[in-house]
Amino acid sequence: MAELLQARIQEIYQNESRRVLATLIRLLDDFDLAEESLHEAFSAALAQWPGDGIPDNPRAWLVSTGRFKAIDHLRRKARFDVSYDEVAERLQAELTTDDELEVQCIEDDRLRLIFTCCHPSLAPEARLALTLREVCGLTTEEIASAFLTSTPTLAQRIVRAKAKIRDAKIPYEVPAAEQLPERLDSVLHAIYLIFNEGYSASAGDNLIRHDLAAEAIRLARLLCQLLPEPEVEGLLALLLLQDSRRAARVSENGGLILLEQQDRSLWDRQQIDEGKALTLRALASRRFGPYTVQAAIAAVHAEADSIAATDWPQIVGLYDALLEMTPSPVIELNRAVALAMRDGPEQGLVVIDGLLERGLLADYHLAHAARADLYRRLDRKDEARAAYQRALELAHQGPEQRFLAARLAELETG
Amino acid sequence: MKYLALVYYDEKLMQQKSQQEWDDLNQECIACVEGLSASGHFIDGSPLMPSSSATTVRVRDNRVTVTDGPFAETKEQLAGFYMLEARDLNEAIALAGKIPPARYGSVEVRPARELMETGNAAGGDAG
Repeated sequence: MAELLQARIQEIYQNESRRVLATLIRLLDDFDLAEESLHEAFSAALAQWPGDGIPDNPRAWLVSTGRFKAIDHLRRKARFDVSYDEVAERLQAELTTDDELEVQCIEDDRLRLIFTCCHPSLAPEARLALTLREVCGLTTEEIASAFLTSTPTLAQRIVRAKAKIRDAKIPYEVPAAEQLPERLDSVLHAIYLIFNEGYSASAGDNLIRHDLAAEAIRLARLLCQLLPEPEVEGLLALLLLQDSRRAARVSENGGLILLEQQDRSLWDRQQIDEGKALTLRALASRRFGPYTVQAAIAAVHAEADSIAATDWPQIVGLYDALLEMTPSPVIELNRAVALAMRDGPEQGLVVIDGLLERGLLADYHLAHAARADLYRRLDRKDEARAAYQRALELAHQGPEQRFLAARLAELETG
Repeated sequence: MKYLALVYYDEKLMQQKSQQEWDDLNQECIACVEGLSASGHFIDGSPLMPSSSATTVRVRDNRVTVTDGPFAETKEQLAGFYMLEARDLNEAIALAGKIPPARYGSVEVRPARELMETGNAAGGDAG
């Protein structure tokens, strides 16, 4: 019985602690005090619920207990510094006037917390750390190991971010409609970076590394519930579609497997179906952005049984749309690769050579790797060899170097 | 003619000052402002929170972009200051985005702190 209750309290902690924290931050206007009060509220629950039973509305109980704990805490501090008395008085006064805990208000608090943690006036790496700490509830140690940083460095990053929120008075609010698109960009970008950190590092990682890709998908899902904007759906779709290839993109010995060679039967069909449905919905809104277009490209790949059966004309068209939204040489390179699949390697080479002549991507190993691959397909071995060698010189990551070296070796024997 | 006096110092060194030294300096500053005010020379001014609390706002192609901290390059120099009354950082950013030179250079938004007789954190560090 006692064990059952423990498990139930543990479950409530899992489900409610982030919601309760988000509300306490609004009520107390102080991140650290809110965290401390959250923990005191759960300690009180562990002490009282086994005797009194679990309250009907545990969330409301935890918020109200957390608030009382904060007032106690401030009163204790007021013995040394009277200025805390004022804050305690204010909290006490609010307690009697605003007792109602509206569900909508609590859901808004979660959104407020996300927008505050991803505020563009915080350093980008601080946004990621703060979001994982406050919104996802990861420990500082977990975040530090996930980002391969030391715990003190990560802790310092979070302390600085919280100090800035307080000192510069970053408000705890969901931005007004006219600022929403820009502010949402900052949130979506943070989630995307968290995903990439987990996804690109998934080769040969160690066990303590927290699954950041899964955490990013959870965050995107939460944001979709709280703020069902087309581009939020587009981001969730993109993450699901990329993640669907997870089992197929790493070989047994930890090597990277490119899309072309992946065993497509390993792709996660459930994630693909959900990603496709979200992409179609976002596209239908006609208010989508670059994440939705990237999701659409990933969805076209997901629909095909092989590289040859892929709808390359559609992919080229989607890259055109993406370039119009966010011009970038890397997207031009990706479009050139798709163009080569549609119109033949020569056409792709013309575009890539044009990019290199403009001085763009000259030091980008993937530009040279793409050229090498196109020359290989044209059976122009000397040019292919030179391009692979250039790519190999520029590549930094182990798996990519091994991949390029293998391609170069194949060229010699084949 | 009006002059703007901008105070620069090494925050790290100032944060190492003892409470007594820092309180003495702040009292000197209060006295200095009182003196300048009495002689009619003081228009407006305020000590600032440390540069780590700064936010930089730029407007390019009618889009407001916001970044952490003071601008990194020293190519840009301070050209003037507006003392703004704003509810919070979001309102301050919206107001800063309306300042015309934001289209060419950048506007650093810094919260001001209160100058007290005693109890100021050394170096203005609120954390």
